Amino acid sequence: MAKATRWRNFTRSEAFSGYVLVSPTAIYAVLLLAAPLATIVAFSFFKDGYLTVIREFTLQNYVDTWSDPVFRAILLRSLFVSGMVTLTTVLIAFPIAYYISFNVSRSMKSRWLFLITIPFWTSYLIRVFLWKVILGYNGVINSTLDIVGLIDQPLNMLNNVQAIVVTLAHAYAPFAILPIFVALEKIDRALLEAGQDLGESRLMTFWRVTLPLAMPGVVAAVLIVFIPTIGDYVTPQLIGGGKVPMVANLIQARMLDLDNKPMGSAIAVSAMAIVTLVSLLFLFLNRRFLRVQK
Amino acid sequence: MRFSALRSYAYLYLLFLYAPIILLPVFAFNDGTIIAFPLKGFTVEWFRQMAANATLRTAVENSLIIAVSSSILATTLGVFAARAATRFAFPGKAGIIGMIMLPLVLPEIIVAVSLLVVLLGIGVTLSVFTVILGHVLICTPYAIAILNTAFNALDRSLEEAAYDLGETRFSTFRLITLPLVMPGIISSLLMSFTISLDEFIIAFFLAGNEPTLPTYIFSQLRFPKQIPMIMALGTCLVAASIILLTIAEYFRRRGIAKTGGTDSGGFL
Repeated sequence: MAKATRWRNFTRSEAFSGYVLVSPTAIYAVLLLAAPLATIVAFSFFKDGYLTVIREFTLQNYVDTWSDPVFRAILLRSLFVSGMVTLTTVLIAFPIAYYISFNVSRSMKSRWLFLITIPFWTSYLIRVFLWKVILGYNGVINSTLDIVGLIDQPLNMLNNVQAIVVTLAHAYAPFAILPIFVALEKIDRALLEAGQDLGESRLMTFWRVTLPLAMPGVVAAVLIVFIPTIGDYVTPQLIGGGKVPMVANLIQARMLDLDNKPMGSAIAVSAMAIVTLVSLLFLFLNRRFLRVQK
Repeated sequence: MRFSALRSYAYLYLLFLYAPIILLPVFAFNDGTIIAFPLKGFTVEWFRQMAANATLRTAVENSLIIAVSSSILATTLGVFAARAATRFAFPGKAGIIGMIMLPLVLPEIIVAVSLLVVLLGIGVTLSVFTVILGHVLICTPYAIAILNTAFNALDRSLEEAAYDLGETRFSTFRLITLPLVMPGIISSLLMSFTISLDEFIIAFFLAGNEPTLPTYIFSQLRFPKQIPMIMALGTCLVAASIILLTIAEYFRRRGIAKTGGTDSGGFL
């Protein structure tokens, strides 16, 4: 009896309505996201048989993965490239976010943001390929320099880390600009005036007031750029010309080309663990900026 | 002086952002098979080739089926989650919403690989349908982000007034809530459509032998002879996405005006 009443009370509560409403989306995410991720983790501890997977617990996949110099080199390269991409993207995005937030009139702000987001919504593959056209051996930059007469030999700008950095910095630009812009918008302008009234120079006000208050946005931008770029498949393939493979290319090769699912899973799980670790470390290092919030 | 330096930097940055897109139509209309300067002459040959390509047509059809289905499903799931997140408090809410939003911070290759392993494991044949499953997963977080804003801007007293005037929960939702968040729903549909249409890696893993627009483009980029046609295709795609985005932006602004909020700008 008491149980029935409690159940009836629960079905009328706000929490119950919330659960009912969120359940279709939550169930979808459990079935198609949480369960597959759990499967990958499980597979990484299974043995690989020919065309099948043997359900027998083993750590061999991880031992093989981590003792493989190719994997270590590729993982290190992925971390390095993503790190460079993140640094470049955030550094060149910050002044833009600052400009839109502080120097653009209210009515023009959304127009600037719209302008910045448009390239992002056009075909990613074609944008990446166009960087190949721009940087290529007989590409836009080389032929322009040649016509102007600055170079005799075309410069080799493709198939290297710098080319990947430029391409990805372009692809992830809005991801870096928007969080920084939001953080800058939240800053109370009176604080900046106070800083200058108290005799700080503009530069010092920026350094001691604006920048620390913008840090939550910078931290968000770093993570939003870093995490997807480390798993990027297209750019290393097209711009790196297969010469600078990253983790995603390795996972694809193990999973599809070699059809070794446990091994591919172990690499995917390892990569995910590393990305999570690096992200958490980064959050920890910046904890003092994040604590200021409310 | 300081301001003008920053302003010129901003314009240079816009040039950097738009450089690839400006080049696209230049080479699409260029009468030369090699994508390089100097330009040769004007031609519409590449657009003609594009229109005559049968595989491309299949790829476009597949992509449209995937994008339309994914955007409708993702927006529907998004409405449920955004409504629950903005209107109700329940234990474990942050965890549940966090799990749903996870694809935003998960490399897409991980989503693709894990879905592939499970789908093959339970014996599902890869097809357009399996791509839809994956795309709904990655579009839903974007839909929720947009719809959260729409539901947050909603004045709760309007719904309460409707209850007081004798409307049921469902009729209130249909007559009051839905029309007010409609601009959000439309912009979520367009956004999900655009994301799905452009998504490569999940389609690459989950489409089996069915071509989608991005996987077709990727396969053709290896053949120099096909590049001018791909440039023509890219020009059409860019034009289409600019039109779609302008419509989405229009509805987003109208939505903000309707609920009386101030424009904070941006989609994300």
